[in-house]
Amino acid sequence: MSDTTASRHQSDTSTTATSDHRAHPSGDDRFELVDKHLRRVHYAQDQLIETLHVAQDVFGFLSEDLLLYVARALRLPPSMVYGVATFYHLFTFDPPGEHSCTVCTGTACYVKGADGIVAGVTEAYDVPSGRTSDDGRLTLKTARCLGSCGLAPVVVLDGTVLGHQDTASTLDRVAAALEGVG
Amino acid sequence: MATPIDLHEVAEREREARFRTPWRAKVCNSTSCASAGSGAVLGALREVVDDEMALDVMVVPTGCMGLCSAGPMVRLLRRGGGEHTYGRVTGEVAVEVLRSHVEHDRPVVEHQLDPEMPFFARQERIVLANAGVIDPDRIESYVAHGGYSALEKALTTMIPADVLEQVRLSRIRGRGGAGYPAANKWSLLAAAEGDTKYVVANGDEGDPGAYMDRTIMEDDPHRVLEGLALAAYATGATQAYIYVRAEYPRAVERLDRAIRVARRNRLLGRRILDTKFSLNIDVRIGAGAFVCGEETALMASIEGRRGTPRLRPPYPTEHGLWGRPTMINNVETLANIPAIVGRGGDWFASIGTSDSTGTKVFALAGDIVNTGLIEVPMGTTLRDIVEEIGGGMADGRQFKAAQTGGPSGGCIPAEYLDTPVDYDSLRQLGSIMGSGGLIVMDDQQAMPDVAKFFMEFSMDESCGKCTPCRAGTVQMHHLLDKITSGDGTSRDVRDLENLCAVVRDTSLCGLGQAAPNPVLSTLHYFKSEYDDLIGRTSDVSSASEASEMSTGSEASEMSTGSEASEMSTGSEASEMSTGSEASEMSTASEASEMSTASEASEMSTGSEVSNA
Repeated sequence: MSDTTASRHQSDTSTTATSDHRAHPSGDDRFELVDKHLRRVHYAQDQLIETLHVAQDVFGFLSEDLLLYVARALRLPPSMVYGVATFYHLFTFDPPGEHSCTVCTGTACYVKGADGIVAGVTEAYDVPSGRTSDDGRLTLKTARCLGSCGLAPVVVLDGTVLGHQDTASTLDRVAAALEGVG
Repeated sequence: MATPIDLHEVAEREREARFRTPWRAKVCNSTSCASAGSGAVLGALREVVDDEMALDVMVVPTGCMGLCSAGPMVRLLRRGGGEHTYGRVTGEVAVEVLRSHVEHDRPVVEHQLDPEMPFFARQERIVLANAGVIDPDRIESYVAHGGYSALEKALTTMIPADVLEQVRLSRIRGRGGAGYPAANKWSLLAAAEGDTKYVVANGDEGDPGAYMDRTIMEDDPHRVLEGLALAAYATGATQAYIYVRAEYPRAVERLDRAIRVARRNRLLGRRILDTKFSLNIDVRIGAGAFVCGEETALMASIEGRRGTPRLRPPYPTEHGLWGRPTMINNVETLANIPAIVGRGGDWFASIGTSDSTGTKVFALAGDIVNTGLIEVPMGTTLRDIVEEIGGGMADGRQFKAAQTGGPSGGCIPAEYLDTPVDYDSLRQLGSIMGSGGLIVMDDQQAMPDVAKFFMEFSMDESCGKCTPCRAGTVQMHHLLDKITSGDGTSRDVRDLENLCAVVRDTSLCGLGQAAPNPVLSTLHYFKSEYDDLIGRTSDVSSASEASEMSTGSEASEMSTGSEASEMSTGSEASEMSTGSEASEMSTASEASEMSTASEASEMSTGSEVSNA
């Protein structure tokens, strides 16, 4: 754990009382957004999952520091916070890649060949499903039904929904997205 | 405290506003159409209407019109009657259509959808009555279509027991999968002791390929609130939760807004509509765990814990959220309640079949021409759904199977196409109604692969609490993987069958108990496909066959044993998909049916072996 983390933790109890206008004592203003949520729910322990959602929205992923921060704020054992966070699929503990490619693997998409698309992207970019490529450029994810079954198979590339995809068309779009920035 | 909404006045005003312009253009802005580009259509229409005074048209974004495969959809309505529906519309086409109607009173035939097509004509919409019709973000739109009139009627003219009586008369069964009579659950909560009781709407729609509940919550959020309010009134609850999966941010947003607006109008909160009834509704968000559709796991998740199920009894109606009596109903069940209370339980019971009343919403997908959301009376045959409403198979292929109930359900082969779709008929076929996912598969699909797909899902989603499910799903997946990759032996198939029985009989909750269903049903109806796969390796395995023959009697003994034990546990098997509509006391008929099936197929394995 880094030094900055330690200082964050020392200060978190006092942050609960600070006003909205001051910078967060940790030096990272993003914590203020988490605090705002915590105040809104009155630090209720049953709001753990909602709090983790907010924290992940703000920071992009749940670092160990962040989990400890939430545990302190809600007065829950870190083991419980870690247990809950790792239980649910939507929480992620690694920084996301620059680009994200999510392949829907719901039944309708499966029936129309989604598993081939996943395999294709995995092979082309050496990135297993649920992980980020070593160069940090592409995160490959699968989703359990995006509810756009009429467009199956569906791929979501950097937030854009692409319908009726196949392996070749997906690889083209992924390549274009990666080149667009590089 | 604000004055309560005057429902009649709002409805009147809204209806008048509807006829202010000669034409109205409704644009389906549901998730599926939005992905297909309805935002651009909406933008183009608004721009041209704003620019040109001559185009006196009201542009209304609506929820799902149903035919997702033809998205984005646009519907033009003329004052005084007449409507025209268009599919696969782009911004340009939409403007062209609009001009053609408004300026020349002519439809644009090449993009028009036939209003008489069975997809539209054969449906009967109760739950989805407003989807694709109203603007989900405006409470006025819901009120103008009769919204909250059932709540007003109940609060002002009925005592709680009267509301419960109407639900009993309707004989509605839980729409989450198991089909437990809703009224029984309601009565249990109404009779439960205690000042604090909870009602929960289960919107954790985890079945991949199903999006009925999402559509209801997104496109008609006030209907869910009204259903919850009626449930709370009938049972004496003062706090309600809607548990929505986090994958549906739009549903969360819409419900949150609907709750705020309803509170402002005194349709929720303290002293609703100036009566003594008070109710608070909060939205709780899941975080991606299929098991949270099971009601005890769902309650753990609402309390902020890991979503692991626990043994029942005690049932939630005795010991639920924070130890208080709690009732959990599926979103679709609750969405039926305003119509039941408004129009009477007898009216509802007259729709559908005698044992399965009302309608059911299905998400129709797969290798079929018309995919989308449909609502049909219970008892409609699968053939009608596939061939008429679904428009038949895509690319002229052959129908092979229909999958219902997702990872907890089974595949129904072509010879049973004339089966009426109701709880008990599907159960007899070894599948379940489930929450309403209906995936149609053509002859290109290999059934063992489909079984493996669902097993992978169950394996991923097993919460890990009980060993049969945690370890059993991994082993079943391993065996299926081996079989589908051509390395399997007949022994593997037999092991798979035995494992199915063990996992089904000994798992803690519905997820594990139902996980073997896709395997059992494909083994039963498509055994030859498994045989073809293991046939390739029969030479290698012949040595082990001999020893197997001697243990054959033992195996059949086991399955008889399991049949007996099923009577106690089989009941929960069908419950997982989303709703977990109380498996409390449902019958074990489907389970015993399945074990007969596995026994039969086991015997055929034996004969296959000797042939080989």
